[in-house]
Formats: sequence, structure tokens, C-alpha cells
Amino acid sequence: MANTQSIERLGSIDRLPSLKTALAAITGVMMLVDLYLIFMVAPTDSVLGHVQRVFYFHVPIAIMSFLAFFIVFIGSLMYLIKRTPKWDAIAHASAEVGVVFVTLALITGIIWARPIWNTWWTWEPRLTTTMILWLIYVAYLMVRSYAPSQSKGAIYAAVVGIIGFIDVPIVYYSVVWWRSIHPSPVVGPFAQADALDGTMAWILLYSFITFVFFFAYMVAERMELRKTEEALGRIRFILRRRGR
Amino acid sequence: MTGLLGPMMVIVWKDVLLELRSRDLVVSVVVFGLLVVVVFNFALNNTPGRSEELAPGILWSAFAFAAVLAMNRAFVRDQEQGGLEGLLISPVSRDAIFLGKALTSLIFMLLVEAALLPIYAVMLDFSALSWMLILTIFLGTLGFAVVGTLFSAIAVQTRSREIMLPVLFFPVLLPVIIAAVEASTRAIGGETFVGLGRWLPLIGVFDALFLVICPWVFGFVVEE
Repeated sequence: MANTQSIERLGSIDRLPSLKTALAAITGVMMLVDLYLIFMVAPTDSVLGHVQRVFYFHVPIAIMSFLAFFIVFIGSLMYLIKRTPKWDAIAHASAEVGVVFVTLALITGIIWARPIWNTWWTWEPRLTTTMILWLIYVAYLMVRSYAPSQSKGAIYAAVVGIIGFIDVPIVYYSVVWWRSIHPSPVVGPFAQADALDGTMAWILLYSFITFVFFFAYMVAERMELRKTEEALGRIRFILRRRGR
Repeated sequence: MTGLLGPMMVIVWKDVLLELRSRDLVVSVVVFGLLVVVVFNFALNNTPGRSEELAPGILWSAFAFAAVLAMNRAFVRDQEQGGLEGLLISPVSRDAIFLGKALTSLIFMLLVEAALLPIYAVMLDFSALSWMLILTIFLGTLGFAVVGTLFSAIAVQTRSREIMLPVLFFPVLLPVIIAAVEASTRAIGGETFVGLGRWLPLIGVFDALFLVICPWVFGFVVEE
């Protein structure tokens, strides 16, 4: 009887249902409004046409992914210093969601580049740095899951999270300098894209806020999932011991 | 904790002695380096006129792959025989262990490159007798050795360690590879230090930065 109770106690997860549910609700409503704004309210770009609308997804997602890896950096640093699992959980969740966001940023960028730049891909500094970011944080997740134990994996991942983030500006500048010698075959249309009209700028800002909430919700969900995983691990451990 | 340099040299000497007796690392990596040139020669359709243009790229592709191959072995011997635990128990600072291992990798890689460079110069038809080229190779290899040693210490403890090292190594070392290729192109063209522009300082900054960070995080990687 006492054992059953202890399993239940170990299995119980201190949830944050209120925060997570609130985030989900806010994100859901904001996302619907965002979709309406992007496809119904935003004016069609006179130069780029309808393709330009992918910008309202692409720009917020790309900025959020950079922020995500900054959170990974802070979480990794704090984990190595303080050793509280909470920091590792934040870094882990942020890295996973960040990789998803970077993947989406690359895909939406490629969709946009094909009709506008007339090429799927160019080794432009921003694109190259984003690609390298993707590779570094996929390595971050790999190192974590291939480690001999969970605690080792957390430390290895934290090391990669720190080294990788410090490396990003160096990657960026090396590609900028490299690019200045090997000029781009396409003319960068960022100058045109910067000249957003008022409505466009507001919708972009709104879209960014939406994706901040979306990111926060995904991270909260991932952190809760991790708690469930850990609880399951403890229950399995107890049951295996009892089976012996 | 008896200084830094003393224990470092003991660790370097241990690995050099092991290598002198077995001779399995440097020789096999040199042979691998030759294979890379043969493959690239046909993959890039190297003709006499294009040789100078392609040489730096081939050179650094070969050095980078060779570095990963060599660095994959950096901790294997220590891991297999439990030697790493012995090292960690011994009254030596973690910094000394890290810097000793990094110095060993640097020495091995420089040996491999010293053997390969004259052969490359002949096969790819460029002049290797340039101090600037040699300086570039030294600085680039230092970056490979410092970051590679840290990642090797991680990779050796993971499953599928042979794949883990390159997956970690190449994205982080990309700036060094870019800068080294650009600096080498100019060095082969006969430029002086000024002519190499910001590429050498870029590698220098990378090396200095990671020479500070890597020993610090290495302490966390090897702790029990």
C-alpha cells in the first residue's frame, strides 16, 4: 500500500496548467487574427506580389529562432554554473523548439527566394549563418541523446550550446567578408523589403508578438513533456526493482 | 597542482611515446591525406591551368578531414584502458590535461601536414615555400586542435562517436576553414602579411577565444 502511494507520489507532476492553457488560448486566438490580417488586411506588395506575404511568417520565425538560441546559451551557462535541472530543462526545450523554428525559417526563405531571387539558395551571409545554426543545434540535440546518461548529456549539450552560440558571430562575419570578395549573382532585394508601408509594418509587429506567444507555449509544452518523461523514468525504475 | 607546463609536457610525452611505438596514427592519416587529393583531383576535374585556383580548397579540405580523423583517436586510447580516469585522479589540473591533449593533437597534425605539404605542392603545382602559408597552416591547425580536442572528449563518450565528432567539428570550425582558404590563396599568390588582409587576424581571434573557453568547459565534460 505504501509502495503504491509512493509510485503515485513520484508519478505526480507539479503541473502549470493555468500558465500553459492560458498561453495556448492566447496563441490560438492571436494566430487566427494573424492569419486574417496577413491574407485579408495586408496590402499586396506592388513589386513582389503575393509572395511577399510569406514575410509575415518568415521574419518573426527567423528572429524567434535566434532568440531561442540565445535562451539556450543563457540556460546552458546557468546550468554549468548552478547545476539546477530547471536551467537544463529551459535550454533543452528552447533548443528543440528553436530547431523547429530555424527549419521553418529556412523553408519559408527558400519558398520566397525562388520567385524573387530566381534561385532556391544563395550563399549569402544570413542564409549561410542560419544554415550553420541549424547544423550546430541539430548537433546539440544529437549529443544530448547519444550521451551515456541523461546528466552527461545535459552537460555535453550545455557545452555545445555555449561554444555554438559564441561561434555564430564569427561565422557571420567570416561569410560577410568572404562574400565581399565573391560577389553575389543576385541583387539583394532587402532594400525594397525594408521600405514597408505602415499597415505592413504593424502587421509584421503583430505577427512577431503572435510568434513570441507561440514559442512560449511550445517551450512550456516541451518542459511539461520532459517532466512527464522523468516521472515515467522514476516509475519504471521502481517497478523494475520491485519485479526483481 | 604542480604548475601547468610540467604536467602538460608529461601528457604530451606519454602520447608521443605511444605513437612512436605503434606508429598507427600519423602514417595512416598521411595516407588518407594522399587519397583525398586523388579523389578531389578527379571530382573537381583539375587541369594544369586551374591548379592554383583549386589548390587552397583541396589543401584545407584534406587538412580538415585529416584533423577529424586524427582527433577521433585523441581520447580513444585513454578511454579504452581506463587511462583517462587515471589522469583525472592524478593531482594535475584539468587545464593541464586539456592543453596537453590539445598540444599533442597539434603536434601530430603539424607532422601530418609537414609530410603532406611538399607532396601537395608537387601534385597541385604551387609553391609551398611561403612563410605566410606556413603561418596560416599553423594558426588554422591550432584552431582545429583546440576545438577538436574538446569535441573529441565529448564524442568519445557518446554512442556512434566516429560520427559525433565531425557533426560537432565542421559547423563550428567553418570560419577557420573559410579564413584559412582565403589566406592560403593569397599566400600562394606571394602576398605578404598585409596582403593577407583580415583573414589571419580572424583565425587568431578564433584561436585566442577558444583557447580561453575550451579549457574551462573541458572541466565540466570530464567530471564524474
